[in-house]
Amino acid sequence: MSLAELQSGFIASLRTPSAAAPESLAAPAGMRPNRRFNVYRNNVVVSLIEALRSSFPVVERLVGEEFFKATARAYIDHEPPRSPLMFQYGETFGSFLDAFPPAASVPYLGDVARLEFARLTAYHAQDRAAIALTHLSTLPPEQLGGAEFQLHPSLTLLTSRWPVFSLWAASSEQQSAQDVNLDTGEDVIVIRPEYDVDVRCLPSGGYGFLRALQGGASLGEAAEQATQTTENFNLAHHLEGLFGLGAVCAVELRNSKQ
Amino acid sequence: MDTPAKTSSAVPPRAGVGLKAAHYTPILEQHPDIGWFEIHAENYMGAGGPPHRYLEAIRRDYPLSLHGVGLSIGADKPLDQDHLIRLKRLNERYQPGLFSEHLAWSTHDEFFFNDLLPVPYTQEALARCADHIDQVQETLGRQMLLENPSTYVTFEDSSMSEIEFLRSLSERTGCGLLLDVNNVFVSATNHGYSPEDYLDAFPIERVGEIHLGGHARDQDDAGAPLLIDAHDRAVADPVWMLYARVIGRSGNLPTLIEWDNELPSWQELFAEAQAADAILLQDPPEQQHVAR
Amino acid sequence: MSAKTKVMTSTMVAGAVAVALSASISAPAAAAGKEKCYGISLAGQNDCAAGPGTTCAGTSTIDYQGNAWTLVPKGDCVKYGVESQEAKFELPGERQGSLEALKRDLPTG
Repeated sequence: MSLAELQSGFIASLRTPSAAAPESLAAPAGMRPNRRFNVYRNNVVVSLIEALRSSFPVVERLVGEEFFKATARAYIDHEPPRSPLMFQYGETFGSFLDAFPPAASVPYLGDVARLEFARLTAYHAQDRAAIALTHLSTLPPEQLGGAEFQLHPSLTLLTSRWPVFSLWAASSEQQSAQDVNLDTGEDVIVIRPEYDVDVRCLPSGGYGFLRALQGGASLGEAAEQATQTTENFNLAHHLEGLFGLGAVCAVELRNSKQ
Repeated sequence: MDTPAKTSSAVPPRAGVGLKAAHYTPILEQHPDIGWFEIHAENYMGAGGPPHRYLEAIRRDYPLSLHGVGLSIGADKPLDQDHLIRLKRLNERYQPGLFSEHLAWSTHDEFFFNDLLPVPYTQEALARCADHIDQVQETLGRQMLLENPSTYVTFEDSSMSEIEFLRSLSERTGCGLLLDVNNVFVSATNHGYSPEDYLDAFPIERVGEIHLGGHARDQDDAGAPLLIDAHDRAVADPVWMLYARVIGRSGNLPTLIEWDNELPSWQELFAEAQAADAILLQDPPEQQHVAR
Repeated sequence: MSAKTKVMTSTMVAGAVAVALSASISAPAAAAGKEKCYGISLAGQNDCAAGPGTTCAGTSTIDYQGNAWTLVPKGDCVKYGVESQEAKFELPGERQGSLEALKRDLPTG
């Protein structure tokens, strides 16, 4: 048997719990080494379940350990890791949960998973120094409308029809009887400007404004869009928040004025 | 990239421990008298963030050993070039005194199975592993150490012993060996051979590092004991005795306490390292071993 | 709301910046006073041993489409009215992807 055939057969058995141990294995005392082979099956599954538990602690707290482990088991089967880096595993866990029938009664679960994955991503993201709001005072005021912002590499924006921030905050702080109003959606910014990952609920209009900036819109363009879609959009307030979070790393002025 | 001041790269022939995030703070606060730390390379392959800040701080004061768990040297498929480059960058950034990986495979097709799967001891696998080790040593520009595995099964096709396989790989590629004494005890128990005989036959002159860790007990299909390399408890007494036997033969070698699951407090882990040091420090310094 | 009356001009942007500046003139760019703290450690760790092997986690079959799945969520979600308000939680058709994770690759600095 070639090495390629041997390894394909090994993985095929590994991924099929009902299958016998691979033919390539020696049979000590004439017995198929099924229990022995199961050590590998268990190692793979247990290590990946533990990786998901440690990366998605709030999802686990929301559904309970037993349900989480069974769900993680199904996800691992459906979507084994494609990277040897465990902190990158689970990027698609949120969309898996969206479509996972047993979790249908907890429809916000996928959004909470995406929030947790954004935290993990921010934690390992590239470091970059933020600039202070006062930097804007060094620029010609009439050109500020054409300013383009480079946002922090760790930043992720999330928008949810569920109160994803409140759900995450209530469960991550282990508050027992937190009252979360499920009628309202929430937008979230996840960022790690220095050491700690910061998760904040965005005020009205913030998501669209930041998304526009992230997409390369100038300050004037992004503010204009936000003004048109959000009543009483307060640009000064959003700028304070954005710089206060350490979310802006550089500002470049476009040559053309608005 | 800024290169912070570091202590010497050389890993001393003393005890070290696997660095865990839960122990960052006690280590930085207490500055324990320990020879060195080992990291799992994959946990420091993010672009930035706290893992690198902690590691830089600890690296300033201690020598480091880089231990890969995801390269899949025993896979039939080519090595993951991106992963190799990530290893190269880590190696350049932190200048570890030792770099090691496993005689095992963990990737197949596009998937990573996060376990150290067993390699058949055949000429074909030997050639494939040798190619992969050559590639690693060329890319990193340094010697690597290859670790003997804990195994639960053997293959019909295997045509040589594990020791013959490791010795051939080391001779072909110039790589050193990492001798995991717990793995020897686990595999010897599981496959019914004498761990003492295995250790006495092991090419000890190629060994640059030793691993010690805890194992769990189970049963195989015939009800015989089946040991599992779990790294979830203290080193077992028979493994300590085998270790003392190895050190008696090799002289002092860098020795790692591995504890990855059911993590103990820093104090408990440190005490395990001190137990290894107590065995090591009995040796006079002139007998200290230098891996070639 | 009339959009036309709310179009941002350069002057308005400059004005908003001036207001923001005056409100936070002394605030540093990022959180200060964290010199000793390198940040909490988040997980997703690689290890070279999986832990106790004496488990059936890897050997049970998986069937969540059929009747084999008997588990129900019973963690904190119970507090948020899942059981009592189950009717309210019908899966909306467009829900999948309702939350977008957007990250732009920024030039390395």
